[in-house]
Amino acid sequence: MSLLATAAELDLDLPRSGPWTKRLLAGSRLGGAEPLVHHVSRLGGDITDWTGRAGPDQLLDRLRRSGLRGRGGGGYPTSDKLAAVRRHGPGSVVVVNGSETEPVAGKDDLLLRLRPHLVLDGLLAVTRILGARQAFLVAHSAPALAAVRTAMRERQDLTLPVDVVRGPANFVGGEESALIRWLEGGPALPRYQPPRVVDRGWRGQPTLVQNVETLAHLGLVLRLGPDWFRGLGLADEPGTMLVTLSGAVEGPGVYEVPIGTPLPQILQVAGADPEAVALLVGGYFGSWLRAPEVQGLALSRASLRPAGATPGAGVLHLLPRGTCGLRESGRVLAWLAAQGARQCGPCAFGLPAMASALNEVADNGSVEALAQLQRWGDQIEGRGACRHPDGAVNLARSAAVAFPEELQRHRKGACGGHRQSSLPLPPVAHPR
Amino acid sequence: MSRHYLHVDPTLCVGHRLCAEMLPELVTLDDFGYPIISPDPLPHDLGRRVRRSVGACPALALTLDGTPGRRARRDEQGPGTPSG
Repeated sequence: MSLLATAAELDLDLPRSGPWTKRLLAGSRLGGAEPLVHHVSRLGGDITDWTGRAGPDQLLDRLRRSGLRGRGGGGYPTSDKLAAVRRHGPGSVVVVNGSETEPVAGKDDLLLRLRPHLVLDGLLAVTRILGARQAFLVAHSAPALAAVRTAMRERQDLTLPVDVVRGPANFVGGEESALIRWLEGGPALPRYQPPRVVDRGWRGQPTLVQNVETLAHLGLVLRLGPDWFRGLGLADEPGTMLVTLSGAVEGPGVYEVPIGTPLPQILQVAGADPEAVALLVGGYFGSWLRAPEVQGLALSRASLRPAGATPGAGVLHLLPRGTCGLRESGRVLAWLAAQGARQCGPCAFGLPAMASALNEVADNGSVEALAQLQRWGDQIEGRGACRHPDGAVNLARSAAVAFPEELQRHRKGACGGHRQSSLPLPPVAHPR
Repeated sequence: MSRHYLHVDPTLCVGHRLCAEMLPELVTLDDFGYPIISPDPLPHDLGRRVRRSVGACPALALTLDGTPGRRARRDEQGPGTPSG
């Protein structure tokens, strides 16, 4: 049985090429933002049409039955998160999170630039469900901000104040609590939880922070129903997801794929170099998969879990031939260490130590450094205010097991990899 | 009886290490001098000493409540992304 449903049952659009069945990226002319008239003629009506007479309870139930999970990386069930905020009654705050501070991610930015009305539909829908009184939309780039502002001027159905703001540039600034502090006028640094932001977020109000892509799916779920949504993807992980693919591929960029699409299929369509070293799944917090391993794996939590990986926010990077996975990981780990908020001791001191150890492993294959890496990873995990140290530890652990041949070569003083980095390491940005 | 758990707010803790001295059964130090708190529910016979330690922390970083910490629920979720 194919995991790829046909385009016919979507009633949206035929795939442009290859096996893709598009939903978020459906519609004509992907060159710029889809104007409201096209959006409405393609999908039909305003929210009163597409939600019918359904009240907030029915809308939330529809969302629950869809099985939609967050697309920002955590994969938390969206209906549960909404219910946690809704418990407090009306008057909550919604933050549309398009901060996307990961250097090799670009799907939220693309969505805001090309399909802003899908995201605004989602915002409108959660506003209805929650009875929210204030919203923020945080975008990463100037073009995304401009597209959102234009789209907002096109529609009259958003009745609550929506502040459209440029997000923080620092890596940890996209974390929920950091983003809220930023929106309050403070530094974009995570705070210790509890209280959780769903209970006490922006200015102490219950706050829903929801990823841009999640909201775009959510809008479509409420328009077209949970059964439609479940028509693609897996039974336990329904729907499509956006993938940002970079590295040794002919066609880098953002792809929309049903969850459960085999990784080799994605790589093949993108024109991947078959001689590439390894695939990084899940971005800078992610895990390395070697070529033989990739063959049997699909883009889903269930398929990747035994390999110690998770789709995260759909960030894939194919490490080009000639690069060394150990060196690359050491550089990224040092960069992640520098990106920390300097608030929590285990992260502030542990990550630089781990980065030094990993770089020593990359230099000479040191067994002692490898043991230290393991020890510090075990000590640090789960002890930051946010998950930044956990993500960095995940990358380090993965690097330590994914490149055994490289490790042996480095012990003998030989490394095939050249010095240039494949993963971009932009200058460290300040949280203000 | 409800279970209680000891937590440290890592953004407040600066590594005074009093907790590790007062509660060696529950608190060890990592290689960088910061406390690693036992993820298990607190034994009832330690109640008084735990409360005294919470009050003694110079950074006011220790708290007691009824929810297990993240290290006790490690397998619940992946690390996600910063935009999680």
